[in-house]
Amino acid sequence: MTTSNRGFLQALWDFFCSLKLAIALLISLAATSIIGTIIPQGQLKPEYLQTISETKYKIYHLLGFFDMYHSWWFILIMYLFTVNIVACSIKRLPRVLKIISEPTLVMDEGFEKTLSLTHDFKMQGDTSSLRDKMVAFLKGEFAEPVVTEKDGEFHLFSQKSPYSRLGVYVVHLSIVVIFIGALIGSFFGFKGFVTINEGEAVSKATTFSNQPIDLGFIVKCDKFSVTFYDTGAPKEFKSLLTVIDNGQVVVDKRPVIVNDPLSYKGITFYQSSYGQAEGGTFTFTVRERKGGAPVTVQLAQGERKTLPDGSTMQVLEAASEVSQFIPQFRGAAARIEVTPPNGKPEAFIVFKNYPTFDDQRGGNLIFSYVSSEEKMYTGLQVAKDPGVWVVWTGCFLMVIGCCMAFFMSHKRVWVRVRKGHVTLGGVANKNQPGFQLAFDDLVEKVKKL
Amino acid sequence: MTSSMLFNIATFSYLVSMLAFFAFLASKSKQVGLAGSLAAYFGFIVHTVAIGLRWKESYDLGHGHAPLSNLYESVTFFAWTIILIFGIIDMKYKYRVIGAFVVPFALLGMAWAQLGLSSGIEPLVPALQSNWLLYHVITCFLGYAAFAVACGLSIMYLIKAGKEDASGMAQAGGVISMFPSIKILDDLNYKAIMIGFPLLTLGIITGAAWANYAWGTYWSWDPKETWSLIVWFVYAAFLHARFTRGWVGKKAAVLSIVGFAATIFCYLGVNLVLSGLHSYGGK
Ligand code: HEM
Repeated sequence: MTTSNRGFLQALWDFFCSLKLAIALLISLAATSIIGTIIPQGQLKPEYLQTISETKYKIYHLLGFFDMYHSWWFILIMYLFTVNIVACSIKRLPRVLKIISEPTLVMDEGFEKTLSLTHDFKMQGDTSSLRDKMVAFLKGEFAEPVVTEKDGEFHLFSQKSPYSRLGVYVVHLSIVVIFIGALIGSFFGFKGFVTINEGEAVSKATTFSNQPIDLGFIVKCDKFSVTFYDTGAPKEFKSLLTVIDNGQVVVDKRPVIVNDPLSYKGITFYQSSYGQAEGGTFTFTVRERKGGAPVTVQLAQGERKTLPDGSTMQVLEAASEVSQFIPQFRGAAARIEVTPPNGKPEAFIVFKNYPTFDDQRGGNLIFSYVSSEEKMYTGLQVAKDPGVWVVWTGCFLMVIGCCMAFFMSHKRVWVRVRKGHVTLGGVANKNQPGFQLAFDDLVEKVKKL
Repeated sequence: MTSSMLFNIATFSYLVSMLAFFAFLASKSKQVGLAGSLAAYFGFIVHTVAIGLRWKESYDLGHGHAPLSNLYESVTFFAWTIILIFGIIDMKYKYRVIGAFVVPFALLGMAWAQLGLSSGIEPLVPALQSNWLLYHVITCFLGYAAFAVACGLSIMYLIKAGKEDASGMAQAGGVISMFPSIKILDDLNYKAIMIGFPLLTLGIITGAAWANYAWGTYWSWDPKETWSLIVWFVYAAFLHARFTRGWVGKKAAVLSIVGFAATIFCYLGVNLVLSGLHSYGGK
């Protein structure tokens, strides 16, 4: 390798180890992330063109602003960031491990000067009995000391939570772990969607990029139901799902609601939407205002049936709970259209809970809505993410690492025993004021020995 | 006694507390400062009871959920956490004057909630019916509150540092002399962020866990999530800036204020200005 080459590599390494780069990357991630929260992500071209000009659209498209968080430059920043963390940690970790594994055991005069907390005592007794006294003292009041003899003096060293120094590295490692988890998910998992009509079953889902994907088993929706609060706001959507794998029922009519998904073989189904499936039937009774027995009419949505007076009717739409649309009313309702022979079609609403309501409309025919056998479909989000446990492991490490980094400190105390003289020194790598109180406390206790 | 009466009493106590702290700045009388703290603590106790009572009221109405579900409830809870964090710092570090820069944030929140927001107890939509709501909101808001305190401290820092620059190295007189020294302010700012950062981290993680549990994706880059990450990046930059020369003191104070501005945008701006999955507070 030529020197200039080595110089270049060294410069590159230094660049990636630098904290300034870390701050610059953090701030650029924060700043660029804003873009994607202002420009709606993942819409179709015509939707964008409603709000921005064609030129702007082209520029934004080129810059990847419409799927910003997956654009090459955003991903590049994330990779740089990861390299930065790894390089910086690799560079510093050996030094920290050395502080932990090879602590300074001897407090000589030079070292004593670097400590901000020191105290000198005059004490009676020969060095070895003073040593024993101080060993017992440190063991009782702080931590078990290591004793070193040097030039007829005794040096005691004891420490607390040296491993808290690794907290920072645990946090940095956790970020890399979360990254790996996210990559595993994006390579080996999928996110998609499936709709199942009541009583029907599927074996495939569709990913968000519109690829069909084989589930490897069959999911059946036995029933879907939705309940409402008095205010008409939705209270609960519930699908009863059955999973059939290899001809065996492995999950039987398990209720799945929002916030309570179903998982089978690593694939999870989340209640997400619902609607009216094709193929429901409605039952009405119709009587003529001028008298006569009511007749029952049964028809499917969109189907046209002829009534006794020659008019025809069809159901335009139906809802199982109308109060979200018409707050004064409760229960099921259907909007029907009636066309008299040679007349104009008339559309109106009939309510299941108010059987005489249609009297007031004043038409020749009076309808009441008896029942419906509607079929619903359930919309389920489908996801498989084998990386998710790696991500949670990373999150766990991050929390542990943060607690180590912020709320623990490496506290060290040295004692030097000379003839008639005992010197105490101490330092903590975090929360020095807090440690000072503890150190002063130790000094008071030594005075009383 | 209804919870909304208690919320009003708490709001009034915070007003008294803030005025007392301002008088404390002007008069330097220790008793006045103590009165400020006591008013804040009294308000806090009433506030706590009010939140508990509102929780019970929601059970009486048949909804039965923690009072953290709409904007009114979240703003009052935010104010509560600010006073909580202030109380911890007041008791632990005994710099009462900080109250003058922190209690106003809580008062502002309470006043806005009482005057401008609808206080009805509503049933929970299906998406919010989960215990994760509780863990997520509590951790996030404790983090936000710590950042609010840090922001108050940073404002004090900039005022004091600005005055000291103007008058040379000499200690500034007047109201400013009541402030803790800039070294202590800088240190307290750092301490508040050391409390806030792990809490925000937990808040983001619980949010991701909940999203994964309810929707199958722990991260979908929706604006609220993204803004919480932006806030997290800013404070991570703050923490690392301390290890780099030239980024302590004023720059750190500015970064802390920027962080809190981003926090507030994450909390309110996203719902009021941008749109997203977190319908929460959208009304
Ligand atoms: C969002 C990403 C990051 C997080 C959450 C994070 C977290 C932390 C935390 C919590 C600390 C302890 C701070 C303190 O004690 O005040 C720390 C320290 C540090 N971080 Fe990071 N960090 C991140 C990114 C980086 C990057 C990219 C680098 C690359 C250079 C880096 C380098 C360092 C260094 C050198 C320290 C000081 C270690 C020491 O105490 O000597 N960090 N980090």
